[in-house]
Amino acid sequence: MAVVEVRGLTKRFDGTGAAAVDGIDIASRDGEFLVLLGPSGCGKTTLLRMIGGLEPPTAGDILIGGRVVTDLPPRARQIAMVFQSYALYPHMSVAGNIAFPLKAANMPKAAQQERIAWAAGILGIDGLLERKPRQLSGGQRQRVALARALVREPNVFLLDEPLSNLDAQRRASARDELQQFQRRVATTTIYVTHDQVEAMGMGDRIAVMEQGHIRQLGPPEEIYDEPADTFVATFVGSPPMNLVPDPAGGDLIGFRPEHFQPAADGPAEVARFPFHVHRMEYLGAERLLYGEVGEAKVVARFPVTVPIPVELGATAEFAVPLQHLKRFDAETGQRRPARSPS
Amino acid sequence: MTAGTPAADLVEERPSRYLLDRVGVLGPLLLLPTVVYIVALVGVPLVLALLYSLSDITVGDQSLDFVGLRNFQDAVGNATFQQALRNTFIFTLVSQVVVLILANILALVLSADFKGKRLVRFLILLPWTTPIALGALGWLWTLDNVYSPIDYVLRQLGLLGIGSPLGPRWEGTNALWLAQADLARLTVLTVHIWRTLPLATVILLAGLTAIPQDVKDAANVDGAGFFRQLFYIRIPLLLPIMAVAVLYGIVFTFTDMTVVFIITRGGPVDSTQVLASWAYFRGIEGGSLGQGAAIALFLFPVLVGVAAMMLRLARRTETV
Repeated sequence: MAVVEVRGLTKRFDGTGAAAVDGIDIASRDGEFLVLLGPSGCGKTTLLRMIGGLEPPTAGDILIGGRVVTDLPPRARQIAMVFQSYALYPHMSVAGNIAFPLKAANMPKAAQQERIAWAAGILGIDGLLERKPRQLSGGQRQRVALARALVREPNVFLLDEPLSNLDAQRRASARDELQQFQRRVATTTIYVTHDQVEAMGMGDRIAVMEQGHIRQLGPPEEIYDEPADTFVATFVGSPPMNLVPDPAGGDLIGFRPEHFQPAADGPAEVARFPFHVHRMEYLGAERLLYGEVGEAKVVARFPVTVPIPVELGATAEFAVPLQHLKRFDAETGQRRPARSPS
Repeated sequence: MTAGTPAADLVEERPSRYLLDRVGVLGPLLLLPTVVYIVALVGVPLVLALLYSLSDITVGDQSLDFVGLRNFQDAVGNATFQQALRNTFIFTLVSQVVVLILANILALVLSADFKGKRLVRFLILLPWTTPIALGALGWLWTLDNVYSPIDYVLRQLGLLGIGSPLGPRWEGTNALWLAQADLARLTVLTVHIWRTLPLATVILLAGLTAIPQDVKDAANVDGAGFFRQLFYIRIPLLLPIMAVAVLYGIVFTFTDMTVVFIITRGGPVDSTQVLASWAYFRGIEGGSLGQGAAIALFLFPVLVGVAAMMLRLARRTETV
């Protein structure tokens, strides 16, 4: 177990002007499940590959367990990695795949067998040890890849979108299994994904990345409830946070679709908006109302248990409780400290 | 058959309006040129060779009088044939072993990133793009018994000539590459290696690039050093494609007569004859077509074996 820390880490690929990873500072906690979340091309995989030693950084340092490993090859870093494709060795059996890191470490044969049985037991693949990777399903391959990562008890797990090759149904149960597995082995884990459901559901903390920068680092609730800027606000959450210009000034006002409800009489602790409704989307457990506030497109979310009080094509007064109103600088997109609206 | 139900209607094949829309017509029609081509250029000569080998046909007397296996018996009893058979196998096996080792090394080097990689790749491919006859001519001149530039360089380096490590050869200061049986065999072998190495390298290079980057990365992270990755990951994953390269090399070398024909003409004293060249000298230049055909047919079993292995490999890659 170890803390992973990067300091001023930068990666520039030849021929491209912009940095793929641009001076990132981030430190994990011991045993933490840290998620790097961002759209494709944001630099999250490059960051992970630099931590793993598969990509040399242009500048900056990487520390694992307090030791600078920037110039060490991957094999000297005591890490294990699970790839999006699982990267199993196709010509080896499952047992051979799991044994490979142990053989590379010159572990005696008997000890190897013990470790293989142990790792296979944890991941429930005891019955598959003699099979070849091509005879396995996607979920089984993923578990073999995890067993291979687990078997030599690394200081850090690096996972690069390990669930994206599974079908949607299998992915939900794999999320659950993966998180239980991580809790059980309590090894610091850095997990790259573009899927916010995975990030929110599994991460102890989430680092939201965009264009080589970390926009925000925090637990899922904080990322969702207190986004640091308009990028995080609109990237996390589905549908994303609504942003409308403040009628009183140059700011943007943000609020989540589930907080945007028909205005009721009563205490005035709310901000009121005229909402012109275009379209309703029926999603089973909930419904989404699409429309506009002024020029800005806005979405409201209703549980199926709540009746919708508006006709399509009409305008109604909707409101957001003040504590759910977030203000952003319209120029920079940065969050403004909370203040009561005029 | 329950005619009339919709399902039955679908299964029943309806005659198409246009003749060429029918699979049963169009398919054979498209295959026809290939079949004609193969029958005319492979089938007919093969049958002719079988017929000739069992007859006493010569250039002068083209009547096909059946003589049984006499041509084969005569061929096998001939010392030159035995030499040619031995040479054919030695040239093929040794050159392919050397090519396999060198191609692996070259492919590894060329798959790395370095300046001038494209130029080096181009240079390595050159021998393969050169027509065999031209390449062999170049070697013939390079290894000339009197004017060989290699001899010149060796002499200048003090390696060849009176009092030098290689000493005086024969009576002069030339190595006489083509005039001594051992050196002549070595020469033929070298030219075969020179000729088949580029293709094998390119095939292996393609195989190396086909190994997923993730697998190489995983081996790196799993703690494998260079040699462990080479012998446990890369070479095992390359094996099928190596087999392809070797099979091609075997076919090219085993059946080749150009190299021997141009550089040594089988000499000195038939010491570098191979089956293909001996069949030519016996059958065409010697005029004994039946003998020539019998000698050439000794290539057949090996080529059938190679073809069978190629088909097996192809089928295996299809099923993966």
